[in-house]
Amino acid sequence: METNTLSRESILAAIRQNLPPQRVSRPRIPAFPGPGRPLRLTFKEHLRLTFEEHLTKAGAAAHPVGSPAAAAAKLVALHPSAQVVCSAVPEIAGTRRAEDVHDPHALADVDVGVMRAQFGVAESGAVWVTQEDLIVTALGFLSQQLVVLLDPNEIVSDMHEAYRRVRLQETAYGCFMAGPSATADIEATLVHGAQGARSLDVFFLPRA
Amino acid sequence: MATETAAIHRMTEPGSMRRIGLFIPCYVDMLFPEVGIATLELLERLGFEVGYPLGQTCCGQPMSNSGDERNAAQAEHLFVENFKDFDCIVGPAGSCVKQVRQHFDTIEQTDAVQHVRQHTYELVEFLHDIAKVHDFPWAEFHHSVGLHNSCSSIRGLGLAKPSEIMETPFNKTADLLEKVKGLVLVPLDRPDDCCGFGGTFCVTDPAVSARMGIEKVRDHLRHGAEYIASPDMSCLMHQQGIARRAGLDIKFVHVAQILNGGPFPERGDAIQ
Amino acid sequence: MSTNKPVDVVTRAEAFIRQDDIHEPMHDRFLWATMQRRDAEAAALPEWEKLRDLASQIKEHTLTHLDEYLTQFEANATKRGAKVHWARDVAEHNDIVYGILHERGVTELIKSKSMLQEECVMTPYLETRGITVTESDLGERIQQLDGQPPSHIVFPAIHKTRQEVARLFARTIGTDPNNDDPHVLTEAMRNNARPRFLAAGAGMTGANFAVAETGTFVVCTNEGNADIGASVPPLHIANIGIEKLLPRVEDLGVFLRLLARSGEGAPLTQYSSHFTGPRKGGELHIVLVDNGRSRRLGMPDFWHSLKCIRCGACMNTCPVYRRGGGLAYGATYAGPIGVILDPTFDEHKYSELPFHSTLCGSCSAVCPVKIDISEQILKWRRVMASKGYLPLAKRLSFAIAGHVFGHPGEYHALQKTAAPALHHAPHFLLYNQTLNPWGRERDIPQLAKQTFREWYLAHRRNNGNQHTES
Repeated sequence: METNTLSRESILAAIRQNLPPQRVSRPRIPAFPGPGRPLRLTFKEHLRLTFEEHLTKAGAAAHPVGSPAAAAAKLVALHPSAQVVCSAVPEIAGTRRAEDVHDPHALADVDVGVMRAQFGVAESGAVWVTQEDLIVTALGFLSQQLVVLLDPNEIVSDMHEAYRRVRLQETAYGCFMAGPSATADIEATLVHGAQGARSLDVFFLPRA
Repeated sequence: MATETAAIHRMTEPGSMRRIGLFIPCYVDMLFPEVGIATLELLERLGFEVGYPLGQTCCGQPMSNSGDERNAAQAEHLFVENFKDFDCIVGPAGSCVKQVRQHFDTIEQTDAVQHVRQHTYELVEFLHDIAKVHDFPWAEFHHSVGLHNSCSSIRGLGLAKPSEIMETPFNKTADLLEKVKGLVLVPLDRPDDCCGFGGTFCVTDPAVSARMGIEKVRDHLRHGAEYIASPDMSCLMHQQGIARRAGLDIKFVHVAQILNGGPFPERGDAIQ
Repeated sequence: MSTNKPVDVVTRAEAFIRQDDIHEPMHDRFLWATMQRRDAEAAALPEWEKLRDLASQIKEHTLTHLDEYLTQFEANATKRGAKVHWARDVAEHNDIVYGILHERGVTELIKSKSMLQEECVMTPYLETRGITVTESDLGERIQQLDGQPPSHIVFPAIHKTRQEVARLFARTIGTDPNNDDPHVLTEAMRNNARPRFLAAGAGMTGANFAVAETGTFVVCTNEGNADIGASVPPLHIANIGIEKLLPRVEDLGVFLRLLARSGEGAPLTQYSSHFTGPRKGGELHIVLVDNGRSRRLGMPDFWHSLKCIRCGACMNTCPVYRRGGGLAYGATYAGPIGVILDPTFDEHKYSELPFHSTLCGSCSAVCPVKIDISEQILKWRRVMASKGYLPLAKRLSFAIAGHVFGHPGEYHALQKTAAPALHHAPHFLLYNQTLNPWGRERDIPQLAKQTFREWYLAHRRNNGNQHTES
């Protein structure tokens, strides 16, 4: 503890001594207009289509579902051999409730993890998912496959807008997930399911 | 480099271009005099009064680029001595001009040094921005040409938009070459990837340099170029050496030679 | 600083090229393709160059006020329940990390990619003290199993063929040596790593960014390995270089838009994870590390290198790196950023790195935070030259050249004598591998029968044109 105070003071002192003489000011970050919207689309339609385009490029897929029942059916259709479906959302019951999980290790056998994202980001196809959405954060990473519910009206244009929406001080963990786990470390060949989820499917379903 | 180009325009009104000092880099002098001849003839055709200081030697780049400022300084001082009385200085070599404008910064910045640094131009930028030449009626070049954009000329002097930068594209050398009758510019896979000359790099890092060079030449060949042209003879010298060693049939020419309509010693034109 | 022989980057690069005609062309092709994707992503954003300007300025502002932002970060992270430690150097960092693990009886650590952990040579330190360390990033694990450092900061094993990886995995994790399908190999690694995640007593990450306003740090991965390591074991340790600070949450918008586009050619990595205090039921320790960064801040020519966000774009674009490979640099950091960082760790050992460049300037043009990398490379050459680190042959020849180029009479005399000598020199001398490195790879240009100067004197001297004599 004492060594650390010493190190802390020493580092801060060294920094103060070495600060460059130019005191550069913080720039103002302007708003950027974003890509033009085709005239026949509404703004929301445009955001959703752009979101889907980038989501697909990142290796994920988006599906419109009309109701919680349809969502549950869609999940079964996508993952017919799933045994353990752990859900953090009311719309899909699953075989195990995330609220009942207290040790992340207990999620090691999860075939499909289900969660709701707070919003999506059109320019990257990413969804914002927090500890509160996941209930147990490991749900997003030990599950073999992921299903993410998203209100299609909750899509922002770019990361600047996204960072105006997140509340980092209110959650210990928040993640922009753009797609399934991926790597291109072996001869630059793209592989999905490197460590985390093998697939990511977004279900467009407003909150109940 | 945008501010530098603006400075050039501000400081050099065409009317003030009375006497041009001709800067002939050392390797052009010894190995490619036709490039110097073409440059001189071209400037004279355009109505400029051109002087050639006989005492010039070298801009100091080999030493300066190796970090040896102390030994570069002697060459740099001599350069300033030779050229200080000219209104502007023009040289057919992007890397050398870059050296003068940007790296004569470790010697004392006297009025003469500053004058020389601010008024030294590479030939293409001089023709394009200062003399604003729109036509080369005396020139013809009925060949496919691959344009080698040297790193010094595009990232150093702003002769073209570098491919990494996301701005409106432009290429001053291409603008000039496109005015030459019969000349066809071919596209390239890697238009501004470095050729591997890098001054002394080509002899201190020969394996990497050779790989870079041969791939540049192959890019031109793949696109049907009969000639590789550049405002920088040093890059061409390196690629020519590699091409010849590999037995590749492609010719090399400086843009000054094309724009002037010669001389072309490779075609057997006499320069005696 | 040390008595190490300088890393002979030239010979090492040549060895990479000459090993066969598979490795170097593959390496160059993959990285060039990454650059093409980067160009496409960058071109799609009309505000690309504006973002670079903003990022550069935000970093410059932060670095010129670094002490304020560090203390603000510490206060906010602590408020959220993180424990913040400070490490002056490699020894302190390793000691702190070991202390945290040892206190809790942790014997298995799983970690995600961190160049800072490489700098600190942390893994051997922990392993000699009884703690098993597993790399979770596929590329890093490949290199760990092969006993090699990473060759690229984003693609650590990009220099290896799939056959090499297959043979390596067969040797170390028991896969079929003849199956080199990357999907199969990746799946094998997934199944090999998963039990280690579940058994680990702690997960360790680095950080791409640390936000002073909220005490948040951000980790960007494609595999999600940092997230597993942070969400499964009860203890999460993050080490963060002090230069990673950003003032506010809104600054992340600029940097997240630039990072993956620059380094990989995608709008974002698959996972951009934001940690603010420990997770529910977990423990979080943050180690802020100096290790020469505060000293570098005081170097007027080189402090801009602290803006680096470790995107990897400079390596992807550098033709010298693409051809010679990352292991040639023999250092934690390779490529153009390595050339300007490594000498700050050991000036003598890395004295040859600044010459492993053509100064083409592509690195400066792609750097998302506008570090003047190419100019810094030249400035390092000046440092090396002034400290006498230029190879002897170069020093001598430059002294002669400097004198000759400064004295035109001598220069012209030398031209006159050199010319006939070159014309008549025997072929074996001219093309001798040792004496004439030019001739190793290229034909020698012909000396002109008449120099320009001679032609001018013959044709122009009496034509009324002005000239000056010396």
